Amino acid sequence: MSGKLLDFKAAGFTFVLFLILLLLPPFIPRFFVYILGLIYVTSLLAMSLNLLVGHGGMYQFHHAVFYGVGAYAVALILTKTSLPAWVAFIGGPILAALTGLIIGWFCVRLTRLYFGMLQISLCSLIWAIVYRWYKFTGGDDGIHGIPMPRFLSSLNSSYYFILIVLALSFFLLYLILKSPFGSTLQAIRDNPQRCEAVGINVRRHQLRAIVIGTFFAGIAGVLFVVLERSVFPDLLFWVLSLEIFIMCLLGGWFTFAGPMLGAAITVALRTFVGKYTEYWTLILGVLLILLIFFLPEGVMGYFLGVFKSRGKGMAERRNP
Amino acid sequence: MGFLPNIGPAEFLSQLLVGFSRAMILFTVCAGLSFVLGVLRVPNIAHGSLYMIGAFVTFSLSKSFGGSSGFWFALLLAPLVVAGISLVAERGLFRHLYQREHLMLLLFTFALALILGDLVKIFWGAEYRSVPAPDILKGSISILGASFPRYNLFLIFIGLLVAVALWLFVNRTKIGKISRAAAVDRDMVALLGINVSRVFAGAFVIGCCLAGLGGALVAPTVSITLGMDHTLIIEAFLIVTIGGLGNMWGALVGSLIFGVTQSLGVLIFPQFAIVFPFAAVVIVLLLRPKGLLKSVW
Repeated sequence: MSGKLLDFKAAGFTFVLFLILLLLPPFIPRFFVYILGLIYVTSLLAMSLNLLVGHGGMYQFHHAVFYGVGAYAVALILTKTSLPAWVAFIGGPILAALTGLIIGWFCVRLTRLYFGMLQISLCSLIWAIVYRWYKFTGGDDGIHGIPMPRFLSSLNSSYYFILIVLALSFFLLYLILKSPFGSTLQAIRDNPQRCEAVGINVRRHQLRAIVIGTFFAGIAGVLFVVLERSVFPDLLFWVLSLEIFIMCLLGGWFTFAGPMLGAAITVALRTFVGKYTEYWTLILGVLLILLIFFLPEGVMGYFLGVFKSRGKGMAERRNP
Repeated sequence: MGFLPNIGPAEFLSQLLVGFSRAMILFTVCAGLSFVLGVLRVPNIAHGSLYMIGAFVTFSLSKSFGGSSGFWFALLLAPLVVAGISLVAERGLFRHLYQREHLMLLLFTFALALILGDLVKIFWGAEYRSVPAPDILKGSISILGASFPRYNLFLIFIGLLVAVALWLFVNRTKIGKISRAAAVDRDMVALLGINVSRVFAGAFVIGCCLAGLGGALVAPTVSITLGMDHTLIIEAFLIVTIGGLGNMWGALVGSLIFGVTQSLGVLIFPQFAIVFPFAAVVIVLLLRPKGLLKSVW
């Protein structure tokens, strides 16, 4: 991600794509509008994880919990209190980031697999509480029929809202990665010892990245509620966390937009293969194994490697 | 104990024993997971799926053998079936990936878990299945006034047997010693002229075999269904972590903590019983982030 701040070709392409997607809803069936919305929500989630795993090199195994915390925060504020909707929409990501701060504060003391294991156990505790606290969170039934403010009453308006928030988040994440902070984060991923030696506070940078990543996961959770109007404990289950990992892998760890592509592939696969067979996870599993064997840098990473640098530097980044 | 109403010593004791027997199933599975983690350094997510396959195979075998003795055949054969599956997976796919990063290996085992989960769905369907316990283990006996199912006593016995057998295997046999050495320094072991790839295959199969045994043991006590792999594997990972990654005795300690806090949690606060073990894990990890016992990593 080094080099000039804005690649004009890529920026132009992104902007045109954004405009096309913005104009799309009147021309396509409702179902596709919904699926596209789901793809946007999931891709924001995948990008927030990739900030931590792909660019930060941290084993954030249980990222879905922050998505769930954001979603549940909105759902609970909207159903249990009479606060205005914007409080809920801002409160969701903030609560997710706060949870991320608390959990991350413990985790950054450790590295690699120990980091991941502590992360899983702390997050599983949150899952278990949400799953069981029937009176407050609805337990395994979840909460359904969450009231939305009037400007989000139709599917199309939700679509626009989600797309615009996604575009803003996309832009913000890009700026964060291009900032000195982003470069430092990637340097920590590649060589934590050397970073420490030149006077970088590794833990503090990692913790900051976790707070940012979980904040964006919380935004994705809010958008999920906007789209679905319901929450359920599977949003915080570890299987979803690993699915996000797969999306990042599918798209490419070391690319910026790769996780979006991975999320799009996964959601599309689940929707369209799921129509023909109930065994879509079998197909996902086989695809994943093929990917690990033949295309470890992901679809986007592969094409970027072919078209741009002919894989230069890719190999070094793959094996830190 | 004013805040714990209606709990007599008999209930406490029987619940404690239920916790122990649950811990023994967990230990059987986690010892395998821990062994694989220690020797191959792979957090094997497919371990839970193999446990589920063990349970389903036990169901099919004990049904086709029929009668009271069917379960005993199943108990012997199910781990072998699971071992066969894991051998194919290891030699066919897994061994080509040992040089990769942990994250890739983790995702590979997750892919394997997805595939195995759907294969179970294809073979056995989504219905709930149950396996009857053999006649000799039916009913319950009373210990100090507490009524206690015989099958659970059998589980505790088997768990102790597995612990002793594993101890003998790891400490008293040559292949056990080699695999312990490979866990510490695989390059050095390879330099001594030992085929490390084969040691890895053996360790993987033994670990997975224990998952199958755990699945067979749990079969008569629960309803066997899809999704039992998902709940188990997360528990197993946490147990292995609090015990110390790759430490078999850690797996025993972790299983006891997990099983007992859960069963006593039922007495205190039934609705939140599953929260207790997770809370216990968090407390242990905050005090000792690298686990209670020494990790082999």
